[in-house]
Amino acid sequence: MESTTHDAHAPPHQEPGFWQKYIFSTDHKVIGLQYGITGLMFLFMGFCLMTMMRWQLAYPGHPIPIVGKLLFRVLGEDMVGKDAAGHVGVMMPGLYNSFGAMHGTIMVFLAIVPLAFGAFGNFVTPLQIGAPDMAFPRVNMVSYQFYFMGGIIMLASFFIPGGAAQSGWTSYSPLATVADMGTRPNGQTFWIIGMVFLISSSLLGAVNFITTIIQMRAEGLTWMRLPFFVWAQFVTGFLLLLAFPPLEAAAVLQLGDNLLHTSFFLPTGLVVSGQHLHVSGGGSPLLWQHLFWFLGHPEVYVLILPGMGIVTEIIACNTRKPIWGYRSMVYSVLTIGFLSFIVWAHHMYLTGMGTRIATFFQTTTMMISIPSVIILTSLFISLWGASMRFNTPMLFALGFLPMFGIGGLTGLPLGFNASDIHLHDTYYVIAHFHYVVAPGTIFALFAGIYYWYPKVTGRFMNEFWGRVHFALSFIFMNLVFMPMFIQGMAGLSRRMYDGGATYAAQDGVVGLSKQVIGLNIPISHAVWALGLAQLPFVINFFWSIRRGKKITSDNPWQATTLEWQTPTPPPHGNFEKPVEVFRGPYEYSVPGHATDFTPQNEPPTAAPAPHGNPLLS
Amino acid sequence: MQESPKKGLNWWLFFASALLLIIPTCYVVYNISPANMPRNDSAQGGEIDHLITYVHVLMGALFVGWLGFFFYVLLRFNKNRQPVADYAGVKSHASTWLEAVVAIFEAVLLIGFAIPVWSRAVDKFPKENEATVIKVIAQQFQWNGWYPGPHGVFCTNDAKFFSGDNTFGLDKSDPHYKENFIVAKDLVVPVGKPVLVYISSLDVIHCFACKPLRITQDAIPGMVFPAHFTPVKLGTYQINCAQLCGLSHYGMRGTIKVVSQTDYDKWVAEKSKAGASAGGGYE
Repeated sequence: MESTTHDAHAPPHQEPGFWQKYIFSTDHKVIGLQYGITGLMFLFMGFCLMTMMRWQLAYPGHPIPIVGKLLFRVLGEDMVGKDAAGHVGVMMPGLYNSFGAMHGTIMVFLAIVPLAFGAFGNFVTPLQIGAPDMAFPRVNMVSYQFYFMGGIIMLASFFIPGGAAQSGWTSYSPLATVADMGTRPNGQTFWIIGMVFLISSSLLGAVNFITTIIQMRAEGLTWMRLPFFVWAQFVTGFLLLLAFPPLEAAAVLQLGDNLLHTSFFLPTGLVVSGQHLHVSGGGSPLLWQHLFWFLGHPEVYVLILPGMGIVTEIIACNTRKPIWGYRSMVYSVLTIGFLSFIVWAHHMYLTGMGTRIATFFQTTTMMISIPSVIILTSLFISLWGASMRFNTPMLFALGFLPMFGIGGLTGLPLGFNASDIHLHDTYYVIAHFHYVVAPGTIFALFAGIYYWYPKVTGRFMNEFWGRVHFALSFIFMNLVFMPMFIQGMAGLSRRMYDGGATYAAQDGVVGLSKQVIGLNIPISHAVWALGLAQLPFVINFFWSIRRGKKITSDNPWQATTLEWQTPTPPPHGNFEKPVEVFRGPYEYSVPGHATDFTPQNEPPTAAPAPHGNPLLS
Repeated sequence: MQESPKKGLNWWLFFASALLLIIPTCYVVYNISPANMPRNDSAQGGEIDHLITYVHVLMGALFVGWLGFFFYVLLRFNKNRQPVADYAGVKSHASTWLEAVVAIFEAVLLIGFAIPVWSRAVDKFPKENEATVIKVIAQQFQWNGWYPGPHGVFCTNDAKFFSGDNTFGLDKSDPHYKENFIVAKDLVVPVGKPVLVYISSLDVIHCFACKPLRITQDAIPGMVFPAHFTPVKLGTYQINCAQLCGLSHYGMRGTIKVVSQTDYDKWVAEKSKAGASAGGGYE
């Protein structure tokens, strides 16, 4: 696939050097790994922000232990203050808001999407469709570089005067414009520029994935023979392609509001701190919300669909039987993709929405729950009649099912606008979407890492420590997020710097009970324990690269899909000989077959001569 | 991975499953029980609570069903008890019916509860002469309540009247200006009578939320949204800001004090005498 070089000094077929091979690579597998490593680093950073915020929520106004002094030295006294006794290390509201905004931004745009789509999508999709690489390898490289640049800009914003963006990951105008007005450019400026890079990166990735999946499938790999993972990536590609550009446009408009005195999102007559804001006005804050959530809701499915894809692959392989209802799952994922574009305003029920519009959006919201239920039910039913093997990837995949179930179901009372009147912007919302993304998608990502690790490195990750990692993560994830439903139902609003202490019941005033606010403490301890529970994973991940148990076959899990029919690790160009596909993706335990798995490319009878590779012709 | 084949039930897994089944059930029941929901002291809040309860019953039933099935298959269809997988798997189409039932249940909740409740909340406003009318104006980081006074007529306001001590731009030449008054943070309303609030904001987006009175409405600059609720008990309730609005968002606390009609009238008369000019509502 490499274009020929016109440099006379470079002999053809030269082994690429370190930079060419690992930094400026156009190989989808290397780019996938780049995305994976960078994404895991950001996942860790996003989590670290939360560990510090959880201290402030559990013990408001107390200096943060261990890192408090360091934060003070690095970020300065505007961000990190002193307690009454003069000890430095207290998180100030500005820092809390910054960390909150950046936790969301980092987790969504720099960790989960890059891991689910960039890393797994890049590494696995071309292998699963029998392609030698992505359709546009150089575009793929640029996509990663844009992502990396976006990440650097976001990280740099912590250290500029005024700190990182403080207006939530949703960056609602006018707050995003009037917050930290004294400093320009400020954290919000960096956030917008970072987002432009990140969205451009997703856009390039999306175009590439869609083209690759349409154009480069191996001979015989018809649409209904595609592994569900590829379907999930395909729909995700369309969501990224169509939903992200509006926010890119909106971000540029907000940049105008912030720096150039435009008023796209600023209405007439704003009075900030007792002063008329000198802007022309005439804009609409709701326009920003519409543009944001037009990205924001499909984004939710960008976060979850690749996870469902990973889980489906692992469940098929470890139940040793076909996925039940494969076709209805494919139609469901397509329906979800379509419907996800017309549900966005359910994030905006309380912005003065009348009955008609609200009815439309809550009807579509209820409709989108049906294909999600179908997918989840199909996965549950697929377990019936299985011969289940409980290895680490399977444990994470099985853990995903009830956890995503909780996340999905708790979306219902938020999707009905009348019940949303009570639950809007409470901890119930936080618990709901974290169940979808944390023990949901992140468990799927862990499952995927344990599952495809042998294909990447030629070694297994340690099974015992993998199980320890699963058990501890499962327990602590639930201890973190379950109590938040109780807090939310009791009426604790999110984004409260003091963890809701202001709204405690007090002499004669109805308010939050001690127990509800007190839950902040065990939740925070569970967060820190969850952090420690990741140590076995981190050590296992690096240790196994050189010391893990070696695989004895290129197909160590005895799977059917094409990525396991390559050498390990797959060389540049992936397949040694042209691939032809003869059957569906999950032909496990076919009656009468010698083994309990029939690879997609195994010829049906006595092997006929393979056809020419359609990709090379 | 070479376990010796065992035919018996895995008791450890069985007890873990049973426990994991019981915990979420208790959890759902506790979560929606009056022990955890904040008390509802409003007339319109009951139907919101009913919807929340019914949705949770649906969720609980589905989840417990899934979990029960899940644990059964984990116990029954593992490698030890089922060495060879069944290629065909489930042949019945019961799940299609299950999905249809879920869809119907959702449709009933939607048409029977969510839409009418919403319609009453955002379309069926009480008549101004039968309600207590207050203009609630949010600003960083304070709730302001602008009351019309004993005669119930608001003076006009416009940005052109804005000045440092008149941030809401009230028209001081308006005859009703004198009996209008503005209170900061602490609103007072009479019991048993609908309260109609016109919610707006001076600066950024806030959200006017009073959980025990089951009222939540965004306050968006440049727009005015009506919202209504009917308090049914005497008491003091907290208003919290439910939309991130800046550094002191967490401290943007207000109160709604529900008093008897007589006490309310006395309070209005007293405040109205002091008038809007008395500090313009600032403490």
